[in-house]
Amino acid sequence: MEAINSIPLNYYIILSTALFCIGALGVMTRRNAIIMFMCIELMLNAVNLLMVAFSRYLGDSNGQVFVFFIMAVAAAEVAVGLAILIMIYRNANTSDTEVLNELKW
Amino acid sequence: MSITLIIFWFLSFLALISAAIVVFAKNPVHSVLFLIITFFAIAGHYLLLSAQFLAAVHIIVYAGAIMVLFLYVIMMFNLNKETEPHKKPLIKFIAVIAAGLLMLTLVAAFKGTEITVVTAADPSIGSVETLGKVLFKEFLLPFEVSSILFLAAMVGAVYLSKKDLN
Repeated sequence: MEAINSIPLNYYIILSTALFCIGALGVMTRRNAIIMFMCIELMLNAVNLLMVAFSRYLGDSNGQVFVFFIMAVAAAEVAVGLAILIMIYRNANTSDTEVLNELKW
Repeated sequence: MSITLIIFWFLSFLALISAAIVVFAKNPVHSVLFLIITFFAIAGHYLLLSAQFLAAVHIIVYAGAIMVLFLYVIMMFNLNKETEPHKKPLIKFIAVIAAGLLMLTLVAAFKGTEITVVTAADPSIGSVETLGKVLFKEFLLPFEVSSILFLAAMVGAVYLSKKDLN
């Protein structure tokens, strides 16, 4: 059940790249701010997966500690981001990014 | 084909397909539910890479806490409907091309790089014991700073979601 013996590291690199690109695609195509937020989580997770894979294949546990910190920052980010979204929704009554374009030049 | 490889392919396809459904689902609640499936698949990958501690933390933090927050906000906004406005097909098409090009560029950048893999690496680097030692010896200061970050995030979230800011 050890991945390191039977799965090449390249497989994990390609998988993480694909997940990251799906997340980027979601940020570009969707208009709902909450779904864009979820796609950002997807991109963060792709990076986390790559970091754990490298940590395992290079025999260095620092990478996994960094993933731990990324998870902590992601949790804080979601809490603040969703609070901002709730406030925007309360004032503008929408979460559509095509309507919330007051900061657009 | 070994059993590990079969599990890897299964988890990979599960993660990629449910990630695609997150992006393309019309109903935001479906997006959240498929994002949870993606997170479980990634946790399975962590287990395959013998990072048991991170797999447990991942499920607790993401599937347990963050997804509950998302579902709560979606239910509060009452977005549980399929009438959400979408971008123009042209913009979607351009976005798909751009994401494909990004994928192509990244894969091409990885192609030809040689990474020396330590096959005899100690399998216990993902255990709670090793990670705890590293976390509280080498990364003690970042750990404490992240607790300050949490405090700031908590205060910020409470302040932002207050009804009137006066």
